[in-house]
Amino acid sequence: MSNLMSGARILLECLTRENVDVIFGYPGGVTLPLYDAMYDHAIRHVLVRHEENAAFAASGYARASGRVGVCCATSGPGATNLTTGLVDAMMDSIPVVAITGQVSSKLIGSDAFQEADTFGIMRPATKHNFLVKDVKDLAQTVHEAFYIASTGRPGPVLVDITKDVLQAMAHYTPVNEIHLPGYKVVMDGHAGQIRRAAQMIWEAERPFVYAGGGIIHAGAHDELRELVESVDCPAVCTLMGLGGLPGSHPNFVSMPGMHGSYAANMGMTECDLIIALGVRFDDRVTGRLSGFAPHAKVIHVDIDPAEIGKNRAADLPIVGDVKRVISKLTKLLKELEPELAAQNAAARKGWWQKVHGWQAEHPILPSFSPDEIKPQHLMYEINRISDGKAIVCSDVGQHQMWAAQFIRFDQPRHWINSGGLGSMGFGMPSAIGAQMANPEKLVFAIAGDGGFQMSLPELATLVNYDLPVKMIVMNNGYLGMVRQWQELFYNNRLSGVELTTFPNCELLAAAYGMKGRIVRTPEELPDALRDAVNSPGPYLLDVRVTSFENVYPMVPAGSAVNEMVLAPPQPVAVASK
Amino acid sequence: MLMTISLLMENKPGALMRVTGLLSQRGYNIESLTVARTLDPTLSRMTIMVDVDSKLRGQVIKQMNKLINVLQANDLTESPAVVRELVLLRVRSTMEHRTAILKEAEIFGARVVDSSVEGFALEVTGESERLEEFVSVMESYGEIDVTRSGAVAVSLEQKKLRLSPPVSKTGGVVEPVSAPAR
Repeated sequence: MSNLMSGARILLECLTRENVDVIFGYPGGVTLPLYDAMYDHAIRHVLVRHEENAAFAASGYARASGRVGVCCATSGPGATNLTTGLVDAMMDSIPVVAITGQVSSKLIGSDAFQEADTFGIMRPATKHNFLVKDVKDLAQTVHEAFYIASTGRPGPVLVDITKDVLQAMAHYTPVNEIHLPGYKVVMDGHAGQIRRAAQMIWEAERPFVYAGGGIIHAGAHDELRELVESVDCPAVCTLMGLGGLPGSHPNFVSMPGMHGSYAANMGMTECDLIIALGVRFDDRVTGRLSGFAPHAKVIHVDIDPAEIGKNRAADLPIVGDVKRVISKLTKLLKELEPELAAQNAAARKGWWQKVHGWQAEHPILPSFSPDEIKPQHLMYEINRISDGKAIVCSDVGQHQMWAAQFIRFDQPRHWINSGGLGSMGFGMPSAIGAQMANPEKLVFAIAGDGGFQMSLPELATLVNYDLPVKMIVMNNGYLGMVRQWQELFYNNRLSGVELTTFPNCELLAAAYGMKGRIVRTPEELPDALRDAVNSPGPYLLDVRVTSFENVYPMVPAGSAVNEMVLAPPQPVAVASK
Repeated sequence: MLMTISLLMENKPGALMRVTGLLSQRGYNIESLTVARTLDPTLSRMTIMVDVDSKLRGQVIKQMNKLINVLQANDLTESPAVVRELVLLRVRSTMEHRTAILKEAEIFGARVVDSSVEGFALEVTGESERLEEFVSVMESYGEIDVTRSGAVAVSLEQKKLRLSPPVSKTGGVVEPVSAPAR
């Protein structure tokens, strides 16, 4: 089967074969042939208002669905604007394929209009990237891009296509085989290592499961649950792993790390075995590495061999797909249970008592005030409405940490946030992608008054496509997380963090043709949230919260996680200038 | 310490950039780098000397192996391998030293590649330390210009080349491939 068609059309055929149903993009000069081909093609194009948000939306789509998200931009500024979104996807291992137009191959290197070295710029921003200068290579390259993005440790892949390739006519033959001899993915963990892991787990007195984003990517949530229940040990899920184990599960402790709970961080510190599953011992989790989990042996399971031993040496490394490894591990644990489980049963019981003691000693509780809305109160109310079921797309900052602390996630792919890169402006565009992937689901976007304004133009996209995203602005008048650090570590000299001008959100929403409301008092908060959720279509809620709240517990930078600060030492006044 | 890396990689546009970019991105300083085609013109062999804390050598190799275009990355720092470098050197000297220079060249196994009234151009290969001695000896005879090739290395161990087999678009391996060692 072969027929003559344009490069642009071949590209769309390949995307169709990859089951792409939506592209988040922004057109331009060199992608004109592509947009012309899209005119009468079944693939849906969502026109965002800035290319960075196309990448974020594709990432949100991928995070919420587990499928590859696709974004598209023109050459030069269009391509460079994708960069932050792609680095973000890289840091969080999200499968995204970016298609960019490039100036005609004859013009490359001549500083042509809207020419940028996309190939060079995107090298460190992606898992892999391609430049297609011959239409004969196009189909093969596109399928390779999807294969690389979605297998192994997922990540973004960019395909830069010159305008003449998009225009060229060529015979299209569907690609049936991909051959990347240097791309090695180990799926099955080493059987002997897994057996040793099972033994180590039964021999441990104080085992602790540390599960991360890898659980979500691998779809290993059911396997994780079975493992945790067979061992019956406490488990934490990282910021990227929330929902990997249901938040309502009795073995789930909380998120660990910089803003994790006392019990999670004390558990890490005092355990004698860390079962690390799809995690990378990120500095926000470990605090000062030399003080992290000083008594623990480490079993580290990850699909990326380079993550094992990168930050913390593993006593037992297992390279493999975390879903396959956990399922084998659980099977072996059950086999060995009659023989080995009893030996430390008493010690394990004591360990649980200790963890429960820490949980009771310093739980993370929302604070309320009768006359002002506390930010924790807002998250508490969102949690009540969500009841573990809504998709929550968060921006970056204090609200992100409070959302992670107070909103419960009972399923994977419901908590969507920029974890590794911490890109402000991520919240609303990622919600666009998440809602496109899940039209029937309730999707909240939560942002601070800073991050909201970074992607504010996307309100138009919400209205344009009638996406019923509930955009909640936690408005405290400051870039709160930076302000918190200035208060705690820079003598409260508040520099460049006050957001004195903020648009009237009722007028702003009306200007975009959507509903909006400002919420000022604790009494109106529950009703306002319920109205927003019950109202069809997008909704903008500007919730005025107290300005000087800090996120606690907090592990100060450079401290060990057990040296966390649990509450403010004393009220601190704002420095007057 | 200096680490010797030998890479076998696909000879594709941008492949060199990926390797050098990876090293600079992770903060490692490249001491020398050589690259050329192998017997198979679709592949290149690269030898890199890089300044890396010895604890991180394993990490560097793992990161190299993650590059899609890299078929094999080997750490030759402590494994049996021959490492050589070429020096091209021009020395200007007076007539009275010419015989002495030729004598020294012979001791170091250097060849004369050009001779003129001003002096000689010499070529020598060897291990890096030996070449440094040669350069400093020549310097004692007069003004010199030196160009070094950077190290090239060959492993003396048979390292099995593991390649990924083709996969079909519908999933699954197409056919097992036994990889010839290159």
